[in-house]
Amino acid sequence: MISTSFAESRFGLGARGDEPAAGSDPRGWAAAQLTRFDPHVAGIPDSRSVAVELADYLDLKQAARRLARDQQAMIPAAASSMLTPAAMPKPAKTPEIMAAQQAGRSAYATLVGARINSALVTPTPFAERLTHFWANHFAVSAAKQTTVGFAGLLEFEAIRPHIMGRFGDLLLAVEQHPAMLLFLDQATSIGPDSMTAQRGRNRAKKGLNENLAREIMELHTLGVRSGYTQADVTEFARALTGWTVAGIGRGQTAQLAQGDPGQFTFVDGLHEPGDRTIMGRRYRDGGQEQARAILSDLAVHPATAHHLAIKLATHFASDNPPPAMVKRLEEAFLKSGGDLPTVYRALIASPEAWTMATPKFRNPWDWTVASLRAIGVERIDGDATANLLNQLGQPIWKPDSPAGFDDVAAAWAGPDALVRRVEAAQRLAARASSKLDARLIAPLVLGAQLTPATATAISRSESPATGLALMLVSPEFLRR
Amino acid sequence: MLDRRKFLVAGSAGAAALLANPRIAFARAATDKRFLFIIQRGAADGLAILAPTGDPAYAGLRGDLAKDAASGMRVDPMFTLHSALAETAKMYAAKQALLVHAVASPYRDRSHFDGQNVLESGAARAYGLKDGWMNRLLAQLPGDRAIALSPAVPLALRGAIPVESYAPSALPNAADDLMLRAGDLYARDAQLGPLWNQALAARAKAGEMAGGKGGAALGMLAARQMSGADGARIGMIETNGWDTHTGQNYRLAAQLKQLDATIAAFRDGLGSAAWANTVVLVATEFGRTAKANGTGGTDHGTGSVAMLIGGAVAGGRVIADWPGLSTGALYEGRDLRPTSDLDALVAGTMAQHFGLDPARAAGLLFPETRPTPMAQRLVIA
Repeated sequence: MISTSFAESRFGLGARGDEPAAGSDPRGWAAAQLTRFDPHVAGIPDSRSVAVELADYLDLKQAARRLARDQQAMIPAAASSMLTPAAMPKPAKTPEIMAAQQAGRSAYATLVGARINSALVTPTPFAERLTHFWANHFAVSAAKQTTVGFAGLLEFEAIRPHIMGRFGDLLLAVEQHPAMLLFLDQATSIGPDSMTAQRGRNRAKKGLNENLAREIMELHTLGVRSGYTQADVTEFARALTGWTVAGIGRGQTAQLAQGDPGQFTFVDGLHEPGDRTIMGRRYRDGGQEQARAILSDLAVHPATAHHLAIKLATHFASDNPPPAMVKRLEEAFLKSGGDLPTVYRALIASPEAWTMATPKFRNPWDWTVASLRAIGVERIDGDATANLLNQLGQPIWKPDSPAGFDDVAAAWAGPDALVRRVEAAQRLAARASSKLDARLIAPLVLGAQLTPATATAISRSESPATGLALMLVSPEFLRR
Repeated sequence: MLDRRKFLVAGSAGAAALLANPRIAFARAATDKRFLFIIQRGAADGLAILAPTGDPAYAGLRGDLAKDAASGMRVDPMFTLHSALAETAKMYAAKQALLVHAVASPYRDRSHFDGQNVLESGAARAYGLKDGWMNRLLAQLPGDRAIALSPAVPLALRGAIPVESYAPSALPNAADDLMLRAGDLYARDAQLGPLWNQALAARAKAGEMAGGKGGAALGMLAARQMSGADGARIGMIETNGWDTHTGQNYRLAAQLKQLDATIAAFRDGLGSAAWANTVVLVATEFGRTAKANGTGGTDHGTGSVAMLIGGAVAGGRVIADWPGLSTGALYEGRDLRPTSDLDALVAGTMAQHFGLDPARAAGLLFPETRPTPMAQRLVIA
């Protein structure tokens, strides 16, 4: 008999302390969400508005740089040689530039708020978990000024609408989103034999950028060491040239990228002409269709199925993904041509995902969401959430690498991390309503996982807040 | 919401009324009188804080727990003040500390949550009132502001009058008590136990062990908030960690050292002129068993100690109608029998300190029990 609170932890986002349990059919509870999920989230900016603000910012920066250059040029050579580099005129950080920077940060905070608040009150927590899973699979970082506003939009505009469809459609939406094109430098990649490169003055300076091509193969689809070669990466990078974002920046490549600001656009003048060969398969030159065809094939490749199956099994079953389960997911993926709900159903049907014998250690995001849900929080500010996750070591949409955050306990169960959670739990509990009684909530959110030791510790705590904090940091709450 | 260093909490008046409230403009306070409540959450052991070393049953009941009492300050033939309360002892000698023993709120069961609810709300029983007696006091002091030195406003200060709360940093060191209890849970866990021990070792090395610096800082913070012509006049500090079921000698000494440091820092931070107008009340939800338990500690009890400390206090003495510790004298055969009413002490103190009519003050602060305010001189007029 599987407890519904376990289903809510493993497949959902943790039970809410102020709601009845999910029902008596945990598998049915999870499966029903596959058709009920509403990807729409209200009250957030879109790529267009973020792109317009980013373009303004880049204009201002460029103007400031030009001014500084002009000022430097006015200094006589003799005097200039005596000035230290620090004393030379620098591009000024004007109030306008700071305001433009702030606009990006404000979009980030708004999106963080939308993400957490959706997670707190969603009727489909399994679908939200899947959204977070895919957003980490297709990781971009908001740590760059060019992506600070876009990074969250990748999740809202490309991922959420496609997690209940085919993997190929999800993949295409992600790779054509401005966040990905900017983060992995695709927007500035130029085919060496493209019209632009042939005409341009700075031929040596600009050219092919393999970043996106490599990460698509290594991280998004096939997986590392799955048989593709450096030559395949380079060929794919050539095919991808011309894929860029409209209306951002004022450089040579950007001026060609006309269209709706912040939207994907294909610039034929940047595209490397010619047929491409990838993993033995030939792709005819056909503008943007060439890279699309390659992506379509990568999306249903057996190596992709294997790679995704391992990641899903790691997330939902164990840090050491059970081989039989991986095989099952892989087959579901291949047989259905990458139909994600089919794969999710295989996941729900896998007994390996329903055993607490292999607990998953909650990462800081999971733990924060589960904690807030347990103590009945329905709404929280985006900035506060971002700060909390910074302190807990998992800054939202800011992983250190395009590989995303690690999905195993070793990455999160550290000595200082543990103390930080205790500190954060105290803070969260202190802000919770004093009417909340951990003695009543703990059985609801932890179900059969609640140990006598934790129940006793909670009942003996000296204040309601300490009781709640103890529940949140108990060994069973730290795991899902 | 988590990182805001200072925020206001509205009572039932709501945010709009709060904005319109002239109090928020930090107007000059109406009085120089100051009152700080330090709540001891977890049931502080009055029988160790002010040990009845003159009671013939004491040493036998307490065993090893009685040892620390021997080195404290003997304040009269019956009582010895715990040795960790060095500054408090000095204030007692200077007649600035009044100690009240065998005192209790109207609450007579042994649940922390419920006991604190009664202590803070001023009700006859748990959850009888929704607001706190300090907020009702504040309503009698137009022009004065109140502040809670904690992330959220505790029940004692909650109510119709808006009250500020202030806590220093985004992620404060977790209270010793929570750290201890979490550590107990992790000790049984093969993965978390070693991690926890490593973390504690690292923190101890870095000199950040929770409890090493907090007490004095908290007192200084309170003094800053309650200084100056526009400062708050009513304040509250929450202390945790008094629930000494185990390791009581060590834990209680550490707790009392922190408390002593908080009060001394508050006194020093205010300066002598403001201190002369100040009363600090230290009180807990209930006391602990007269007899030591089997794990080097004591369990939940009834009667305990309350302290009034400050330049305005008529101190240097103990108020106790001592019930004795013989088996027949104990409440339910196990606890110190309460012979003084904490509500009566509070009502008398507030009336004398703020110049309120005693009977009226008692009815407003404790509308359900309407205690007879203590009539003897508690505060220097």
